Amino acid sequence: MPRTSPPISVQLKRVVPSRWDCLALVLVLLGLLFLAETSRQLLQPLSGLQATPLSLDPSDLPMYAARTTLRMLAAMAFSLLFTFTFATWAAKSARAERILIPMLDILQSVPILGFISVTVVFFMALAPGRVLGAEFAAIFAIFTSQAWNMAFSFYQSLRTVPHELTEAARCFQLSPWMRFWRLEVPFAMPGLVWNMMMSMSGGWFFVVASESISVGSTAVTLPGVGSYIALAIAHQDFNAIGWAIVAMAAVILTYDQLLFRPLVAWSDRFRSDQERHTPPPRSWVLTVLRRSRIVRNLRRALHKHGPRISVARPRVLEVRGLPLRLQDTAWTGIAAALALLLIWYVIHVVRSELAWQDVFGVVALGLVTMVRVFVLIALATLVWVPVGVWIGLRPRAAQISQPIAQFLAAFPANLMFPIAVSAIVAWHLNADVWLSPLMILGTQWYILFNVIAGATTLPRDMQDAAANLQVTGWLWWRRVALPAVLPYYVTGAITASGGSWNAAIVAEAVSWGPTHLSAHGIGSYIAQATSDGDFHRIVLGIAIMAGFVVLLNRVFWRPMYHYVERRCRLD
Amino acid sequence: MPSGLEQVSPPLLRVEQVRQVFAKPGGGELVVLDNIDLKLEDGEILGLLGRSGSGKSTLLRAIAGLSATTSGRVIYEGREVAGPAHGIAMVFQSFALYPWLTVQQNVQLGLEALHVPPDDVRRRALAAIDLIGLSGFEGAFPRELSGGMRQRVGFARALVVNPTILLMDEAFSALDVLTAETLRTDFLDLWAEGQLPIKGVVLVTHNIEEAVQMCDRVLVMSINPGRIISEVKIDIPQPRNRLQPAFRALVDRLYSEMTAQRTEKAAQRQEIFPGVGIGTVLPLVTIAAMTGLIEALAGAPYHGKAHLQELAAALRLENELLQVGETLQLLRFAELGGGDMKLTPLGARFAVADADERKVLFARQLVTYVPLAAHIRRILDERPNHRAPKTRFSDEIEDYMGAADAERTLRTVIAWGRYAELFVYEDADGVFVAPTP
Repeated sequence: MPRTSPPISVQLKRVVPSRWDCLALVLVLLGLLFLAETSRQLLQPLSGLQATPLSLDPSDLPMYAARTTLRMLAAMAFSLLFTFTFATWAAKSARAERILIPMLDILQSVPILGFISVTVVFFMALAPGRVLGAEFAAIFAIFTSQAWNMAFSFYQSLRTVPHELTEAARCFQLSPWMRFWRLEVPFAMPGLVWNMMMSMSGGWFFVVASESISVGSTAVTLPGVGSYIALAIAHQDFNAIGWAIVAMAAVILTYDQLLFRPLVAWSDRFRSDQERHTPPPRSWVLTVLRRSRIVRNLRRALHKHGPRISVARPRVLEVRGLPLRLQDTAWTGIAAALALLLIWYVIHVVRSELAWQDVFGVVALGLVTMVRVFVLIALATLVWVPVGVWIGLRPRAAQISQPIAQFLAAFPANLMFPIAVSAIVAWHLNADVWLSPLMILGTQWYILFNVIAGATTLPRDMQDAAANLQVTGWLWWRRVALPAVLPYYVTGAITASGGSWNAAIVAEAVSWGPTHLSAHGIGSYIAQATSDGDFHRIVLGIAIMAGFVVLLNRVFWRPMYHYVERRCRLD
Repeated sequence: MPSGLEQVSPPLLRVEQVRQVFAKPGGGELVVLDNIDLKLEDGEILGLLGRSGSGKSTLLRAIAGLSATTSGRVIYEGREVAGPAHGIAMVFQSFALYPWLTVQQNVQLGLEALHVPPDDVRRRALAAIDLIGLSGFEGAFPRELSGGMRQRVGFARALVVNPTILLMDEAFSALDVLTAETLRTDFLDLWAEGQLPIKGVVLVTHNIEEAVQMCDRVLVMSINPGRIISEVKIDIPQPRNRLQPAFRALVDRLYSEMTAQRTEKAAQRQEIFPGVGIGTVLPLVTIAAMTGLIEALAGAPYHGKAHLQELAAALRLENELLQVGETLQLLRFAELGGGDMKLTPLGARFAVADADERKVLFARQLVTYVPLAAHIRRILDERPNHRAPKTRFSDEIEDYMGAADAERTLRTVIAWGRYAELFVYEDADGVFVAPTP
């Protein structure tokens, strides 16, 4: 069973940041600043936007759920488009690669809800007075939760297409366009589909969060499950929350059965390794599609009369002329000049609007959130690793529980927050302590999910050898079980930790009716800045949180990941 | 060392009336082991010889206490084995070394489990590593070692706990021919010199030569159900030479024993492979292997008839030969018996036919003697659209066999049917289609 893929900064070979990393950081920061600046100027005239009236009637929920689902689909389409262009560019041009991949890394570390805070006003300005702008903002937020992973997976696949296959393509004189569709895309398909599925399951969290958001005086309410929940919270309506949870579960299950199971089963045909160790993935939907006569005839007709995408070839402008050395120098020169300009600009903005105390204050809040994340990951580890090992070593139990863990990881945990908050309010608990578990409510399942997958890979013979040598108790955990699941556990912990940072923005500041609870941390700082419409503080919070995530990935998770991959890999 | 002692001392281990039955997914029972009785004497290397599916590994796991049996008992040191027992150590085909532990840590694992004091753990582990010829590699990780060296670690890990009985589960099968030979002779030398703590060995193998080279006694097991069908004493003194006439004669005899069961069944007009009708379990034998064997058998120096063991040596087909031969027998291209293989007139015709005629001959035999192939074709002909999903047939034959066997059988029948142009199989959609005339 496969596991989740770790973030880009963990996978990359390089540890020390290069000048390209710095440039990427600056570029992303500038992009955010630009959006923030624009938003600040656009904020006033837009404040009168008419919000769509929502109802708490459960009979409206299916329509809301459909709207939420459509948003997901639209974002997935954009992510695919981005993947095919951006990743291909990075893989084909060494020059572009140097800056594009570090940019992906930084972009992946930027908290996704931060993207919404910054972009929502900008997008609404694109379609003034209409819902369309807010739709774009929500779709963009989901896009940011999917695109980076998918692009990186695709880029990696393109880089690892076997040499013989490329040479064979060259022998048959396939044009680059044909080679892309006939060789490279099929080769990358299994990895891409798996990544799509994983990104999608992360996406539900953000689609729900992005439907109802207010930046300063601009309130956005898009019809959907997320805003239904927001309304239910405002009205303190437990029944409505229950209905929303049911609707969400139904949507996720349907999506999984109708879209991703068939996709995974279908992409299995593109696996390039000949040996098969596990039974092929199956999907009843795909089977029905394949057996159906209508679909077969449609396919045949399409094959005969449809446009041949893989043969038709767009004209590509070829840039040539300048000698290579000169091009390289020019490229580096332009990049460096741009970087200097941007750094100057960033310093200028920061000095004019923010004091250094602000920066230190936010870093301190970041440290608080970091402690929270680590403590929670440690607690989740203590609980879920033994459980995961126990399940993973029992094939039947693993078969039943892995999809459940996958489902729980996909379920937007923010739907559950109100219940927790009402409990905290009722028992007068300390918000700084008791809001924390919400951060890991949805992400802990990644640990369980990956540990189960890890334990199922422990070969039967190794289990027998331990039994034969009468290795039991703590010795068994230390020498057999823990090392076996360690690579999977680390991957799960990385995913869970990344997800928890993201969740901090909604988990450290929550409300229930008129009650507002907030814990100290960088998440509540960003949330507060967002509701104040203070764009410089939003960008500062986002930048520092992204900095924390990148730094932790590079100095903590990355060495650990590579060490356990080297030491504990089963081969 | 085997000696006169074996007459006076009681057996090291007794297996009494062991039965192992698994439930089939479609209902019914699959008898893997059927009333197995055996004794392991003091100082003896006992071989369990059989083909894959004969349950010999299941039996070995039952002896090690790694799996419970449906009924019957395993008696070791006067007590019933009811779980992994101290004194019975095992060497695995896949080595089963822990990749995250060094050679020394792997070897020490069993000692640590016995709560041996740390100083003794180290000393005994190093001694075992030295004994098995791996000193200098204590700090290496398994992935840095070659297959042969990895299995040496496997032996050291099993021997360091001073077991009374050593179990080998196809311990040499994953190694190349030369490495396996070296490791076998090294083991036999240590055994003969009395350097090993063990008093008896049970060795599971499908390799006839290996059994004759190493064992004092060989039990031949049948498939479906797994039974002990004969017992052969090997009393050639060690070290044994493969070229000795006595050695060759025993190999020959074991070949006969292993094919005897088949001939007997064939005489009773039963099918050679387990199961009847469309429920017959087919082995994964390729068309290339079948035509290759027919051509070899038809050509010089055999001219249509050969000794199985000579053929195995000449074609380097020790393990698969019987399976391919039996498939040819099933299709009536050849006959097996008395350690020989003989081409039928049809087989001889096949050998000289051109590619198209071969297909015609093969298709005819396939339809006549493989009921499943005929069944698939009949269904395709009956259906108006001449298509049928694979699951239709896998569900059907899973009533007779396990899911893994069903999958293998279907893969085989697909490969054969494609060659015979009996039907087309579209893998992407998982459907059978009648060929367009």
